[in-house]
Amino acid sequence: MPPPRRSQLWIRSLALGVGGVLASVFAFIMFSALEALARGRGLSLFGNLWSPGAGQFGIMPMIAASLLLSLSALALGWTVSLGCCCALHLRTCPRLSKLLMGILRFMTAMPTVVYGFAAVFLLVPLIRSALGGSGFCWFTAGVVLALQGVPTMTLVMDGAMASLEKETGITSAALGFTPLQHLVWVVLPSMKPWLFSAAVLGFGRAMGDTLIPTMLAGNAPQFPASPLDSVRTLTAHISLVLSSDMGGGEHLSLMLSGGILLTISLLVSLTVRYISFRGRRR
Amino acid sequence: MRCRERVILVVSLVSGFLVCVSVFILMAFLLRRGLPALRGDLLFGNTPVMEAILGLKPVWDGIWPAMAGTLGLLILTMSFAIIPGVGCGIFLACYATPRQKEGLGLAVDLLAGIPSIVMGLFGFILILFLRRTFLPRGTTCMLLASFCLALLVLPSLIASTVSSLEGLPEELSLTAEALGFSQGQALRHVLLPAAGNGILSGIMLAMGRTAEDTAVIMLTGVVANAGFPAGLLSKFEALPFFVYYTAAQYADQQELTRGFGAILVLLLLSGGLLLGSWYLQRKLELRWRGERG
Repeated sequence: MPPPRRSQLWIRSLALGVGGVLASVFAFIMFSALEALARGRGLSLFGNLWSPGAGQFGIMPMIAASLLLSLSALALGWTVSLGCCCALHLRTCPRLSKLLMGILRFMTAMPTVVYGFAAVFLLVPLIRSALGGSGFCWFTAGVVLALQGVPTMTLVMDGAMASLEKETGITSAALGFTPLQHLVWVVLPSMKPWLFSAAVLGFGRAMGDTLIPTMLAGNAPQFPASPLDSVRTLTAHISLVLSSDMGGGEHLSLMLSGGILLTISLLVSLTVRYISFRGRRR
Repeated sequence: MRCRERVILVVSLVSGFLVCVSVFILMAFLLRRGLPALRGDLLFGNTPVMEAILGLKPVWDGIWPAMAGTLGLLILTMSFAIIPGVGCGIFLACYATPRQKEGLGLAVDLLAGIPSIVMGLFGFILILFLRRTFLPRGTTCMLLASFCLALLVLPSLIASTVSSLEGLPEELSLTAEALGFSQGQALRHVLLPAAGNGILSGIMLAMGRTAEDTAVIMLTGVVANAGFPAGLLSKFEALPFFVYYTAAQYADQQELTRGFGAILVLLLLSGGLLLGSWYLQRKLELRWRGERG
């Protein structure tokens, strides 16, 4: 342990400044959301109906859509990520694993708007002709959102899997395990916390994504009855309803949506942090 | 219990295959539709090139204004973000007491999780607040957008700085101390040059994130036809927003083709930044881990 050192003033003040700015971001958004709650009593902001003409500004359909869409995308994306992560470590064909890793790395740099744009012209017509409806629906957005979330989750799982494999690899090879058996019976059971934290992280990402739901989900503010129904998520709601009408219900609903999204992202970050802390202590 | 092994095997093969195939189809589709658009007139349309680059004449049928907007955003954002990001990273890696590390680290973690649309909403609320108080004529603009983008990429900059400084072998700082360097001197002459590639690679990743982000700028001043960016306090165009707008509002085939062209340009930009950052990262790792084994 080196002795405590005195830092230069400018570095300390930079750190302090960054901390201050971060705190003010949280404060600003939370304060606006609370203000919206206080001022929007008569507007039934948590109601089930969004109909600005009738003075109904309920954002419940958007909250439901956000949760449904991100949970369904997570279910699909998490399974695929787990599969990809195992495929990376199977060692049956190293060259294919390398290719898959390259593709996943490339996907992390792919702008979300590219997924949205390509899906509008590829997937939407396909779903329209195969399943009916307009093609802009919960299902389309869910599939694309799942694909977009795969690289993040896979890379998280891959990091944990690589270190666990290193720890136990020689022992289980000496016991006569094949790589697949080693993976399934030794590595996977011991990486449960990381699998969970990848899922939480993926959920946060899916909740916060804006472009894919806005471009693909159809944006009708309603509770979906089937995967082919159009939905509007909280993020899409913010990007669509930008009114400078200061006191209006639309404006208040925007602030409230921002507050909800921020709260969810805070919970997600805290959970991931907590899990990784516990993992490290062990 | 063999069935569990079989399930995992099938799931992994199927999902690896699915991911590869969907990315290949996506890229093939984008290239097939976009390559015909990559011609001289994609950028400038019918406007003379020099005058278009300098912004003297408006470009109506090219993506140059959007590119210029994105480049401007990149430069401004990085000039906002680099010094606080790297400085804060240095503080966390070299100077912070455990308690400071805990607190600031938590704040950075939390900031890293904020969805970009919420950061955009922050910019929007900020400008409304400023209008009510100090700047009655303030409006969303390039300056505001790059400030919010800087906040968005700050956590990743801090994290990459910390990890490249902490990844250096410990004998480096011990040697410097033994040679009588003060902490500041060691940092300036030994540690920072040694970790430079890693920090630069983090900066390039942050640039990629800045170039691709659409949600923040949507709420902080991007518009579909602002022309060449007129200044820090004016509205602007940007490549990702151009792509988004084209998907919903294209009028004819020509505009659509231009959208595909813009996507390829955007992909080239972010792919190039990613490759650059890999290269630097690898160089750093080879230097400090590979040769010493």
